[in-house]
Amino acid sequence: MHKFLASIKKESLQLLRDPGGLIILFLMPVILVVTITLIQDSTFKSVSGNTIDILLVDNDKGRLSAEIQKNFNEISFLNPVSKIKDVRITEKEASRLVASGKYQLAVVIPEGLTSDLDTQIEKNINKILEEFEGTEDTAKVEAVQEKLSHKVVKLYFDPITQETFRSSVIFSVDKLIASIETKSIYQAFEKELGESESLQSFNRDQFVKYEQINPSLSGEDNLPNSVQHNIPAWTLFAIFFMIIPLSLNLVHEKGQGTFMRLQTTPVNYLTIIGGKGFVFLFVSLVQFTLILLIGVYLFPKLGLPNLEISGYIGLLYLVALSAGLAAVGLGVLLGTLFNTHEQTAPFCAVLIIILAAIGGVWVPVFVMPKTMQIVAKISPLNWGLEGFYDCFLRKGSFIDILPEIGLLIGFFISTIVIAIIYYEKKKAV
Amino acid sequence: MGAPIIQINNLSKQYQGADFKSLDNVDLSIHKGEVFGLLGPNGAGKTTLISILCGLIKPTSGEVHIGDKTFHQDHKSIKKIIGVVPQEYALYPRLTAKENLLYFGSMFGLPKSELRPLVSLHLDQLGLLPFADKKIKTFSGGMKRRVNLIAGILHKPELLFLDEPTVGVDVQSKQAITEKLKQLNKDGTTIIYTSHHLREAQELCTRVGIIDSGRIIAKDTPTSLISSTENARNLEDVFIELTGKELRDYA
Repeated sequence: MHKFLASIKKESLQLLRDPGGLIILFLMPVILVVTITLIQDSTFKSVSGNTIDILLVDNDKGRLSAEIQKNFNEISFLNPVSKIKDVRITEKEASRLVASGKYQLAVVIPEGLTSDLDTQIEKNINKILEEFEGTEDTAKVEAVQEKLSHKVVKLYFDPITQETFRSSVIFSVDKLIASIETKSIYQAFEKELGESESLQSFNRDQFVKYEQINPSLSGEDNLPNSVQHNIPAWTLFAIFFMIIPLSLNLVHEKGQGTFMRLQTTPVNYLTIIGGKGFVFLFVSLVQFTLILLIGVYLFPKLGLPNLEISGYIGLLYLVALSAGLAAVGLGVLLGTLFNTHEQTAPFCAVLIIILAAIGGVWVPVFVMPKTMQIVAKISPLNWGLEGFYDCFLRKGSFIDILPEIGLLIGFFISTIVIAIIYYEKKKAV
Repeated sequence: MGAPIIQINNLSKQYQGADFKSLDNVDLSIHKGEVFGLLGPNGAGKTTLISILCGLIKPTSGEVHIGDKTFHQDHKSIKKIIGVVPQEYALYPRLTAKENLLYFGSMFGLPKSELRPLVSLHLDQLGLLPFADKKIKTFSGGMKRRVNLIAGILHKPELLFLDEPTVGVDVQSKQAITEKLKQLNKDGTTIIYTSHHLREAQELCTRVGIIDSGRIIAKDTPTSLISSTENARNLEDVFIELTGKELRDYA
């Protein structure tokens, strides 16, 4: 214990006397989390916060195009622009503006949309009513069968727009046009049948609606926000970034001769790495605390949603501690395997990025291909992320996070055991 | 002559991938109270032999007994009685001299109450007490060498290994180090010492062994070696006579 405490003191002093290293350890993760959350939150807002200007080319100039424009105005994330410098936009101009990237989307309403849709609906209604009344007029039926050409609403997308944005716009436009068509059909019926009381009382509201529910394991009402999503992912990334300074610390020690001196003392390898691991684990928990405080107090001041941590803070620290242990284990193993700075730094940096990518830090695991979803299960970042999500988003209990913390601690033990075995074998060279 | 504290029998070492033996059937006895100088040209096998004796690497074949134990049997007990002063400054540059020494002393299980006065004593004896709370990175080469020596002797080892302890230091530091080594030996520490400073070895060592190509080619007291070598006036003449004038560059 005396040796272990001396090791902790030595590592702490070394760390405290390296201001550059401290800045990297504490400031960089904070910058990372704040930057990524701000970027991701603004991306989220750009899709949901009525902030994207879209070009609207109105070749119809009728009742329907006016209706479409009115409805576009009501879609929260779209701002239709039909004139530039008081000049109506043409399809050619819109195509050019979208292709040049100045606008992400242009909607072109075809000429004669109102009149053709009215005609089509009128014909369909006439046919239905005549079938009802049994007064089928051959001439009228033929007229109905005279097909009008389909009207195409063209959507020009900037090539850089992502598939999710396109799907969202297409879904909204499709829904809008379907609702206008339905409304027109009602109006045509009213016109044909006369404006009776019964028709006036038609409920034109959408009958089938949907309700968004975010279930939690605790059964509480739970509405996650972008901060709730981002903080766990990037905090975990920051915790695992610790493998770089930790492994470099071990490699550096081997290079400067102090490690050789330690090998000649009656101290075991576990004590040497234990002192380092303890200090770096403590650093990871301080990092975590710092990021939580930033999420709770700084984020609202930056216009970001508040980080909600009340009620499950103990579980969060348990996951952070387990993730920190896993990172310590990995850092110790890599520091034991490698001998030079040149081997260690790039390998560790790329490894963290790979583990983060396959672990679902950047892209959620459920949208990954099936094979990658299986691969994701081997990333300790995925275990940590699931543990944090169990707390932050699913409001789970200790039992819910037990599998994840079990895996993380198991990973820690395995990496430390491998490191010790490798170290002992290497001495035999 | 006392009982052997180190007994080496048929010791060989061939590193993985190497096509030659770094040590080739070495037999050597070093007795309690000796200052044994291990001398040889670059690549002769000195560092390999010292590394095996310190338990840093394992031999390919042969036996090493430290006292009545082998590393295989009880490496912890052996490590408690040996001290090592490596050629590099094996110190933490961001820690002070005192912090470095307290840390390395702790690794031998010495309690703080015992360590603190011991550290101050050694620092004082080697003229470093005024600099005890200064960081190692601010020290000169000679000062670092002296702290390096203290770090290896804090636990009063029975057996002290020194690898070029005076390389690259000024005359004053060299003098202080050799005086300290003489004092340690007088107090009962057996010293095994490698150096290229043959005059220093001649002055300090009670016995020397000359190693070349992994073999001990001569071992005796400096005086006996000089007298038994034709036209030799000092240990350097003996060394040249035995190992030749050929340059020993290796990579």
